[in-house]
Amino acid sequence: MSILEKDLTVKKATREAFGDEIVKLGKENKNIYVIDVDIAKSCKTVNFIKQLPNQHINVGIAEQNAAGLAAGLATTGKIPFVSTYAVFGSLRMLEQIRQEVCYPNLNVKIACSHGGLTPANDGGSHQAIEDMGVLRSVPNMTVIMGADYYSTRKLVEQAAKVYGPVYLRFTRDTVPMIYDENEEFTIGKAKKIKDGSDIAIIANGDTVRLALEATKELEKQGISVKLLDMHTIKPLDREAVVDCLNIGKIITVEDHNILNGLGSAVCEVVAEEGKGTVRRIGVQDQFGQSAPYEKLLELNGITVENIIKTAKELI
Amino acid sequence: MKEISIEELKEKAIQLRKTALTMIYGAQSGHPGGSLSAADIMAALYFKEMNVDPHNPNWEDRDRFVLSKGHVCPIQYSALALRGFVPYETIYTLREYGSPFQGHPDMKKCKGIDISTGSLGQGLSCGVGMAIAGKRDFKDYRVFSLVGDGECQEGQIWEAAQTAVKYQLDNLIVFVDNNRLQIDGFCDEIMPLQDLEKKFDAFGFETKRINGHSMEEIVETLDEVRVAKNGRPKCIICDTVKGKGVSFMEDVADWHGVAPNEEQYHQAMEEVAGGLR
Repeated sequence: MSILEKDLTVKKATREAFGDEIVKLGKENKNIYVIDVDIAKSCKTVNFIKQLPNQHINVGIAEQNAAGLAAGLATTGKIPFVSTYAVFGSLRMLEQIRQEVCYPNLNVKIACSHGGLTPANDGGSHQAIEDMGVLRSVPNMTVIMGADYYSTRKLVEQAAKVYGPVYLRFTRDTVPMIYDENEEFTIGKAKKIKDGSDIAIIANGDTVRLALEATKELEKQGISVKLLDMHTIKPLDREAVVDCLNIGKIITVEDHNILNGLGSAVCEVVAEEGKGTVRRIGVQDQFGQSAPYEKLLELNGITVENIIKTAKELI
Repeated sequence: MKEISIEELKEKAIQLRKTALTMIYGAQSGHPGGSLSAADIMAALYFKEMNVDPHNPNWEDRDRFVLSKGHVCPIQYSALALRGFVPYETIYTLREYGSPFQGHPDMKKCKGIDISTGSLGQGLSCGVGMAIAGKRDFKDYRVFSLVGDGECQEGQIWEAAQTAVKYQLDNLIVFVDNNRLQIDGFCDEIMPLQDLEKKFDAFGFETKRINGHSMEEIVETLDEVRVAKNGRPKCIICDTVKGKGVSFMEDVADWHGVAPNEEQYHQAMEEVAGGLR
């Protein structure tokens, strides 16, 4: 069955994918550690604690220490996953990640729930809209957000197997299950959901499902869409972006500030290649507030309707 | 641990001070004040206490050393050079392009550096991670960390401290180089630390306070903590003098991060050659 025909009403949060996959990985490899900062229940590491207590550390509400401690563990061959919320994992522990993880290029993974606008009712303080961009700027760091449950599981698995710092971002809320269980994903390689010739849409994370719905509608209206899931924004799959330049018209969609996230990364390639036009759909460089998730998306134009409208304007 | 006499260790401390001064003079850049205050502790660790192997610096059962106050790396580099981790001539490349002796410790560039440091407050957390790994893997290695008193103004030090106590890290030994000075002046004026011995004790550490320039006291204290496998991390507050051994540098905050000129260098070398008074 084509992904475009999938029933998008079946949903699961991608933080659940992390919680499930990390138990599997921890059982396979005793060097996999989870470091919690008190919010294990929310970050879905409770099963890991129950089943693998000897590979678990909880430092309490002390994120900076968690990052440094993880670096120390990594020097002994452990593969620590620091599990927290995206605002804390990207900003509260940023300097520790830079100095003690990325500068010495240690094998530490930062696994963060509550990415983007998904902690919607928690308000602007908890909505991480800068995280991927901030960490994209730090050398040695890989930055990933899976689109759904199964792709996130595969990407977590790969993150454990590649050497080096990785930032993984998950949704708090449920998102449609887009991919089949056996679909393969590679860090740094865009997933081509569909080929097309009139416009290219490059999305990631929880906005892939919006891009997918927009694609279906555009196709109905006779517009041929190429759709990419750019789960890894660093290292960016440059080749995949360059391939879109035959079409020349690109829309990026992300649940992240339009500054320095997926849209910016794509623009960098397009500008360097010197051809093509990009429209960025994402958080409009403004903080969020407590509101339903869909409302927050709407306030930023991260909607199926806006993707369709933007596509039509562009072609 | 190595068999070595107190007198020989004092001689090693003299060599460390001379090497660090030569390094900083050569580079015309670096941090002499804190390097000199930590020299005696470093001599005891690198020439007696720590199980390390210069020929196998990544030996997995080695004792670890975390220089949380990373800016005083000239004194650690001196120990590494004198112990043969790197060729002695490396001391003439401090802070130069391509040198293993970066301005702050870089584990990727220099053998014998167990973790890159330089941003204050962060190293101790790394040491805690190493010590937890040692416990979980049933290893006998210990983790030594040197922290500055001014550095204890950073909140993360205390996050690390509470974690060390929770995980019963009696394989972690923290030295506080209590030289009472920081860049801008006396700690008591910039941000009083109160009684660090009481603070670490209140956190649950087994705490001792010694003269950080008395080789006898340093060695005696290391002998005591070596046998204390009691589930408590150790903290040794070492009362020290910034710039110790060089009359014009002692207790002068301005020597935190300034290199001596030629005249000052020769005077300093002469003074430290005689050992501590």
